[in-house]
Parts: sequence; structure tokens; C-alpha cells
Amino acid sequence: MKIVVCIKQVPDAKTVRFDTEKGTLVREGVEAVINPFDLNAIEAGVQLKERHGGEVTVVTMGPPQAEEALKEALALGADNGILLSDRAFAGADTLATTYTLAKAVERLAPVDLVLCGKQAIDGDTAQVGPGLAVRLGIPYVTCVSGLSFGDDQKTLRLKRSCEEGYDMVEVEIPALLTVLATINTPRVPSLKGKLRAKKARIPIWSADDLGADHGMIGLAGSPTQVVSTSVPKFEAKREMLQGTPEEQVDALLDRLEEAGIL
Amino acid sequence: MAKVNYFLSEEQQMIVDLTRQIAEEKIIPVRAELDKTEEFPWDIMKDMAQADLFGLYIPDEYGGLDGGCFENCLAVEQLAYGCVAVTTTFAASALGGYPILLFGSEDQRKQYLPDIAAGKKLVAFGLTESNAGSDAAGIQTSAVEDGDYWVLNGTKQWITSGGEAEIYTIIAMTDKHKGPRGASAFIVEKGDPGFSFGKKERKMGLRASSTRELLLNDCRIPKERLLGRRGLGFIIALKTLDLARPGIGAIAVGLAQAALDQAVRYAKERIQFDQPIISFQAIQHMLADMATEIEASRALVYSVARTIDSGEKDIAKLSAMAKLYATDAAMKVTTDAVQILGGYGYMQDYPVEKMMRDAKILQIYEGTNQIQRNVIGQALNKEYAKK
Repeated sequence: MKIVVCIKQVPDAKTVRFDTEKGTLVREGVEAVINPFDLNAIEAGVQLKERHGGEVTVVTMGPPQAEEALKEALALGADNGILLSDRAFAGADTLATTYTLAKAVERLAPVDLVLCGKQAIDGDTAQVGPGLAVRLGIPYVTCVSGLSFGDDQKTLRLKRSCEEGYDMVEVEIPALLTVLATINTPRVPSLKGKLRAKKARIPIWSADDLGADHGMIGLAGSPTQVVSTSVPKFEAKREMLQGTPEEQVDALLDRLEEAGIL
Repeated sequence: MAKVNYFLSEEQQMIVDLTRQIAEEKIIPVRAELDKTEEFPWDIMKDMAQADLFGLYIPDEYGGLDGGCFENCLAVEQLAYGCVAVTTTFAASALGGYPILLFGSEDQRKQYLPDIAAGKKLVAFGLTESNAGSDAAGIQTSAVEDGDYWVLNGTKQWITSGGEAEIYTIIAMTDKHKGPRGASAFIVEKGDPGFSFGKKERKMGLRASSTRELLLNDCRIPKERLLGRRGLGFIIALKTLDLARPGIGAIAVGLAQAALDQAVRYAKERIQFDQPIISFQAIQHMLADMATEIEASRALVYSVARTIDSGEKDIAKLSAMAKLYATDAAMKVTTDAVQILGGYGYMQDYPVEKMMRDAKILQIYEGTNQIQRNVIGQALNKEYAKK
């Protein structure tokens, strides 16, 4: 089974800071890490490989330093990493990103399963997974929190989380899944994996390697643009309700009514 | 902030980073709970196995990573930053594994080391008995030859990972009248006939680690489970302890560093008399002594470990120094950390009281610090006699 996992490097949420003047993230001095949901996608891919055999290839689009993320993925059990890096990819929105990733997955064909994290924690769009599946012409299931193969090794049984519970769905491969953090606990990397990753050479694919249409990638292929960003102000009020439990409950009901919530 | 440059190789730095990651992600979030419930940390052992840590000191040909005493020290220092009990469980497997690595026949190594390196089987080291602690020559457990078997009888006490480990290296008397030269080392496996476990001890600290009696009651094991030669038991035990002691020093360094980090952070946040208490010299001087002693311990432990890995054979004194100095420092540092946190430090809501309880065992196990001083003193006596 050939599994492709698409990942993204994001600023480490633990160290991230905001420039309130400019309304942007401060990226200087902030470590880039693999998007947390993507770690779950890698783990899901590696577990499937361990259970059913096959090969896990991790793909990311990004600057040359994104090689680090791919090496980390190798240390976590992936077999190969491919970096899509080209100045022409810069400024891509989700539409251009899905095009670029689709070109890479097509180049890796035949692929049985594509895994993505539910969303990246920087952009938070959750569009790339589904967009990529549409480009590839394969079915997709989002928000997967559990998966197993049927006896035929062709049908995946999936638990898809939704607001009021979960659905059990089946999908035939080839397919694309986006996964939630609850699907598994990503393993810690292994020392042997890290040593292997250190020596590994990560191939870099350019726009021309992919045979990409330059009008579809990077800024040129991106109809959406971020016009402005701002740091939200937190203006939450805090009020301590006093009195007996009954009095506090009455006071709380009053407040909720005043706020139009009840 | 400048850190002391210990000139770690890229691989060694990798070990540090990975074990620190395990400490922060897998150990610290559960350490208080494990301490409370005394639950054996199987989940964390599985994570460590997955990360290849059990193979650190084992040669490549048996599935290990070919590291030495230094690599082992780097790993346990960071793990102990998270929890000494969990780290002791990990380190005990190396303590039990060293005799097989150092003195095992090729067949024994091939049979046991790959599973140990992969973390599939934990190992325990069985030397101590109720009447044989610092005076290891008081061992009463006996092993008698019976055809193609050895028959072991006796009780081992306070054995780390007892009951949880699959493989046990056990020291027993084969020729009582020969004294120390009458001891031999054996490999006993969980499930061997006549081998069972006594009660699980309840301890002041080190609570997530399992400490039990090993009961050998006409325990019959095949002849080829003898390690090394008959009569080599004490040599095997001493060589094993010499190699393992810098690791205890490293555990002490990791623990003390964790206590210092807690103390400094608290001292910066705690306001009394309208200022953070770190602005008081009384606190600053305590913190300064703690930090200095930790760095001195680390430097000593690393230097001794590297000396061992360079092939030096006469390591008893150096190894005792590394264990002695670093563990005494850890006891002092953790006690002072509790003092700096004051009433909060004494409460179980903060981690330093556990650190202080855990520190105490480091001065006791793998040879009390009094025994370490004996080893150092006797070595000095010998050294100066030669001159």
C-alpha cells in the first residue's frame, strides 16, 4: 500500500508572539514545527504501514528549511520525504497549494491513500485536504478519529467526528482522509530513525519537475489574498457572583438573559 | 545565556534532545499520578523502547546503538529531569543487562541482548539480601550443581523491577567456604520453576519503580545460565556497579537541575515584602550554590563517563566519585528547592517535595555514599602505596 502524507511547517504555538502594531505573527526566533494534526496523520500512516505493509511518503511544500520537517517525519517512521520547493510556489493560497500538492501526488502514482491533518494551526482553513482530493478526483472524508481496514484491504471503515457525536463511514481506496488529534498519540521519534533521517537525502521537486502550469501556482494561481490581519483584543469581563448557591444561580440567569443568551 | 560546552557530537545531542522530549511529553505530565498510585510506568517504558533507548549501551550486532557509558549518562540525566522513579526503572534494565554484555558467552549474548536492546524484555539485577547490603559478602542465596542444572535457594531483597522484568541476573554462593571467590552470577528467567516474587515494597520516594523480593525456592535452571565462570560472581557485580555508578550521578544531575529550575522560576514569581524573593541575597546565594554544584556535578560525571569510554579499566574510584558527589549535591539542591518554595514546597501540589524524596534514594542505592567513600579511600591507599 502506498500512502502519501501531506504536512506543513507552522510556527511553534508554544513560543509564538504577535506584533499588535502590524497585526502579524512575529516569526523571528520562533521555531517551526510540524503542524500538530499532521503529526497525527504521519502516525496514522505509519501505523497502517506497520499493520498492512507498504510505504509512507511525506510531502511538504515550503522553503528549503522545510527539509527539517521531512527529516523529522522520517525519524517518526516515514519511509521517504519529498520537498516541493521553488520560488514560484511562494504566496500560494489554498487553491494554488492543492494544485501543487496534486501534481506531486500524481507524480507518485499509483497512490492508495492520502492523509492530511484536519487543518494547519496557522491558517486554520481546513481547505487543503478536501481541495487536494477534488483535484485528484478521489473521495475524501474529513475529521477522521478512527480507522481500520475491512477484510478486502480495499475498504476503510472510518469514524468521523461531528458536533453531536460521530458517523461510521466506509470509503474505498484510493481516498483522502483528514485526521483529528484524537485518532492516535504520535510516537516519539526513535534514535535509529533520527540517525537514518540525518543521513537521508531529501529530493527537492521544483515547479518544472512537477510539470506545473505557472499560472496555477504561487501568487499567480492564488485568487484569494490576505488583505489585512489584526490581533484580536480580549475584552472579556470577569464578575464573581456572591451569595448562596440559589442567589448565585438567579444572578447568573439574569446575566444570561441580559446578554440575550437565554 | 552561555552554557558550558561539553563538546557533544551531533549524535549525542540527538540523544539529549530526544530524552528531554520524552521527559517533557511523556513523563512530567504523569509523574505526580505515578508517584501517588505507585503504578509501574509500562506506557513510558514502551515509548522508550520505541525510541530505541534500551539499546543505547548495547553493540550494534545485537541490535543496539553502540553507545557507551557517556551516552547512557546523557540519556538518564534528561529522563531524570522528568522523574527519578521512571528513570530508575529504565536504568535498572541496563544494570541487569551489563553482566550479560560484559561476561556473557556469545550464545548468551545472542539469546538475550537483542530482546533487551529492543526493550521487549526488562532486566533486573539481584545482588542485595536482607543481611547483605553494603556487606555484599554476606550473601546467603546458594546455587548447587545438580547434573545439567543449577539449583538456587534464597531470597533477594529490594530488587528494582522485580516481578515486572523478564530476565534476572542473580548473584549466589556456589562455594560458601571460599568467601568472596565463592560467588557466581546466573541468568534466571521469569517463569523458571521455583522462582517467584515476594511483596511489593512501599517506599518514601521512587514510588513508580517496582521494588520486590525475589524468592528462589529450589529454582532449577539449565547449566548454561551460569554467567562467566564459577567464582566470578563478585567480580561481575563489582564491574557492573563500576560501570553503572556514573549513571546514578547523571540521574542526580538531571533531578537537581529540575529542582533548580523550579526554585528559580518560583523565586522570580513569588512576591513578599513587595518584591520577588529572588531579589533577596539570602535566596540568590542559595540558588547560586545550587547552580554551581549542579554544573560541577555534571562536569565530573561527564568526565568520568568519557574516561570509562576511552577504555580505562581501573575505574572504581572515579566512578564512585561521580556517584558520591552528584548525589550528595542532588540531596542538598532538592532540599534547598523545597526551602525556597517554603510552605508551597512542602505541599504535594508542587513537584519539589517529590524531588526531595526521590533524591534520598540516590545516596543509598547502588552502594551507599559511605561505601563510595570507602571505595575512594581504599583506592587512594593503594595508589599511594605504589609510590
